[in-house]
Amino acid sequence: MTVFLTLLILTLISVSIWQVSKILELSQPKTESTEVADDNDNETQGKLMFAFLIFIYILTIFSFWKWGDVLLPEAASEHGSEYDSLMWVTFSVIFFVQTITQALLHYFGYKYRGIKGQKALFYSDNDRLEAVWTIIPTIVLAVLILYGLYTWNDIMFVEENEDALVVELYAQQFNWKVRYGGEDNVLGDANVRFLQDFDGKNLVGIDVTDPNGLDDIVVQELHLPVGKEIQFKMRSQDVLHSAFMPHFRAQMNCVPGMITEFAFTPIKTTEQMRMEPDVISKVRKINEIREFKSKKLIAQGEEALEPYVFDYLLLCNKICGASHYNMQIKIIVETENEFNKWIKSQQTFSQFIQ
Amino acid sequence: MSAESINMHEEDHEHHHKETFITKYVFSQDHKMIAKQYLITGLFMGIIGIAMSLLFRLQLAWPEKPFGIFDLLLGKWAPDGVMDPNVYLALVTIHGTIMVFFVLTAGLSGTFSNLLIPLQIGARDMASGLLNMISFWLFFLSCVLMISSLFVEAGPAAAGWTVYPPLSALPQAQPGSGVGMTLWLVSMAVFIASSLLGSLNYVVTVINLRTKGMTMSRLPLTVWAFFVTAIIGIVSFPVLLSAALLLIMDRSFGTSFFLSDIFIQGEVLHYQGGSPVLYEHLFWFLGHPEVYIVLLPALGITSEVLATNARKPIFGYRAMVASILAIAFLSTIVWGHHMFISGMNPFLGSVFTFTTLLIAIPSAVKAFNYITTLWKGNLQLNPAMLFSIGLVSTFISGGLTGIILGDSTLDINVHDTYFVVAHFHLVMGISALYGLFAGVYHWFPKMFRRMMNKNLGYIHFWVTAICAYGVFFPMHFIGMAGLPRRYYTNTNFPYFDDLANINVVITVFALIAGVAQLVFLYNFIYSMFYGKKTEQNPWRSNTLEWTAPIEHFHGNWHGKIPHVHRWAYDYSKPGYKEDFVPQNIPLKKGEEELQH
Repeated sequence: MTVFLTLLILTLISVSIWQVSKILELSQPKTESTEVADDNDNETQGKLMFAFLIFIYILTIFSFWKWGDVLLPEAASEHGSEYDSLMWVTFSVIFFVQTITQALLHYFGYKYRGIKGQKALFYSDNDRLEAVWTIIPTIVLAVLILYGLYTWNDIMFVEENEDALVVELYAQQFNWKVRYGGEDNVLGDANVRFLQDFDGKNLVGIDVTDPNGLDDIVVQELHLPVGKEIQFKMRSQDVLHSAFMPHFRAQMNCVPGMITEFAFTPIKTTEQMRMEPDVISKVRKINEIREFKSKKLIAQGEEALEPYVFDYLLLCNKICGASHYNMQIKIIVETENEFNKWIKSQQTFSQFIQ
Repeated sequence: MSAESINMHEEDHEHHHKETFITKYVFSQDHKMIAKQYLITGLFMGIIGIAMSLLFRLQLAWPEKPFGIFDLLLGKWAPDGVMDPNVYLALVTIHGTIMVFFVLTAGLSGTFSNLLIPLQIGARDMASGLLNMISFWLFFLSCVLMISSLFVEAGPAAAGWTVYPPLSALPQAQPGSGVGMTLWLVSMAVFIASSLLGSLNYVVTVINLRTKGMTMSRLPLTVWAFFVTAIIGIVSFPVLLSAALLLIMDRSFGTSFFLSDIFIQGEVLHYQGGSPVLYEHLFWFLGHPEVYIVLLPALGITSEVLATNARKPIFGYRAMVASILAIAFLSTIVWGHHMFISGMNPFLGSVFTFTTLLIAIPSAVKAFNYITTLWKGNLQLNPAMLFSIGLVSTFISGGLTGIILGDSTLDINVHDTYFVVAHFHLVMGISALYGLFAGVYHWFPKMFRRMMNKNLGYIHFWVTAICAYGVFFPMHFIGMAGLPRRYYTNTNFPYFDDLANINVVITVFALIAGVAQLVFLYNFIYSMFYGKKTEQNPWRSNTLEWTAPIEHFHGNWHGKIPHVHRWAYDYSKPGYKEDFVPQNIPLKKGEEELQH
């Protein structure tokens, strides 16, 4: 029925558009009915061109006013602020160019709308002008490239660091597992061939012949100590996944058959982050939505939704199958003491398989 | 009769060989008919592709709500009218494949390269009419294969349009990676063969069959764009073919090109030593130039339409040609910017950042030249002109965000989010579609001897233009908020709940845009049969196609092919009464040809 109604409405809309266009056509003077734009068309369309420019500006302002707060969530890693300043510098360049060029384009579209009998200016070349708009973008881009590469090198080249904590992120359809190196902070060798050992208790396929692996700790949640460099090693057992941690400005694909790397230093614990004004207002917004939904649910005789509290997330960001949208875990950033306490309470691999 | 021999006798030449319905409308070797076949097939695929996007937009705005339309169109894949997650992924995948390859590559380039190359360079047909015909029918076959994949038991390919293995290689990984994926790969292989035959033909035709006086520096920018596009296609499409063949081998013959160390569904697979990253390299070696295969013809069309309707020479012809060549060259060495976080060496990432951002320079030159072309023009705001101006607008808006995505550092946090979706839809999707529409409105009289209704054209443009920004502008925001693309729903956990209303806004705009395309479709079909009859040169244009008679026959011109005496952009040239001087008009005594 809905389908039928939709189709009916669509048909009616098309019929009415056709009728309107017929009326427009008939209302024009009969003598020069042509499908080529005449002065009237140029006049109307030129003005619409100008109106469209205003539309673009209004849309931009409206979007920033209404949704500006969702842009780039509060950064929680050491390189986060570097990333953010590069982003805002680039963004302002883009914004400036966008504003100017759209204005020129649409304003010219309005200003020079055609009038019958008038002639355009025969102006086909100006080397100096063209040199200007080749050289200026080149300089601006050169600056952006250098600035970008500088930051890139800073973020991506993982240096040897004895104090760093090594953490393996292990991806599978459709969840994450986390492995810590244990006492020695060294991850034992691993391969998917060992996954079925110990009745499937070898959750990430640790090679038992490698002594480094015995004290490894495999868990289903990601705990990180604040203020310490974390060196991630990523693996996947089946298809491509991507470990995406938006608050830490961190992302790396997990590729079956190889180990990929990413490193960052978290600078705010989950608790601290929950006190950030931006996060507080986001949580408030989400809870308003959830309360609204809850009212509906209660009216239907179902249970209300629990209120939302902020947590860092590790999301899968590479299409990996049906439940791709639901492949995420919490990241808990805590003080080093809390972290040590937590990790001590976990079973090591050798204890677990016993 | 082959095209070479047609060109050889330039003398008065009429064709009297008999044409049956089959040779005229079905297995035609006439480039004009083949162009129309491409256009109509492309539009048909476009309807499917756009309809799919509307379906998954409904799901995104109102997740897991039952819709009657899902029940009707998706049947068992939408139990009780609620879309299944696998089907969501399949729709996204096939939407991408159809729009990129079938609509914007074949539908756009196939149509206008075929129609315009011979007509604008003054040739009686393509170099090989036969290859041209085979090219179209291979394309048709690949369309049939792609559509047939929608009807297989487990559903069509669903691994994203990039079909990265292992997801696409292992039927255990998702239902779409079974027969559906096989059909996808075979369809693409056939498509590539079609595209190569077409491209070779375009290149040979442009090089060999230009009429007297049509030097390369007098070629209209449309032909330049089609010519360079064809070269990019020849260079990069074979690499995709090899990727597809290797993937077929991995899937069906147990090789391990892209697979290694896989455990799935309780089973260790035998694959050893391959790498999905290799596939990514091969795929994007085509995948990135593909963007320009889609975009350059649209820019070529824009150059022609802008100059004609501004009644002004295109500004900086030489720079325009140079930037087309620069973009073409750079496009083949930037593919790695799709792989900054694929596990590739970060140093390689720096190199690709450098080459990628370089591409912004020729692109900026093009945008500025377009804007200057409008300056002090006498703009005839026909629907084609509006779409061309619209193209410049979306090309700028979408292109600028490329500076963020092309920067490896910034890519880290926006990679594979809706920010990317917004970027490439504006810069290549919408821009190329606008190019297609501009081309259709502008050359409709050439193709169908009738004019399209301009008022419907205006409605079509303005609704589409508003909706295009309405759909894609907000997407930048949800992308920067960290929302990953290809999520069946983003309300499964509360973190993104505050973005739900933005999704509703986007979907509403998308639905309105969909309806606006019906206006175009109606206008297209109605005008084909009942449109106002056209004059020979309705837009008072300079290029050669408008010197050919209105009626179509194999060979394009009665009698001699016109000779060319000037470039295509002598609009409003001082010393002439009219504001245009067609290319076949000899220079007056003492008149200087522009040195360009």
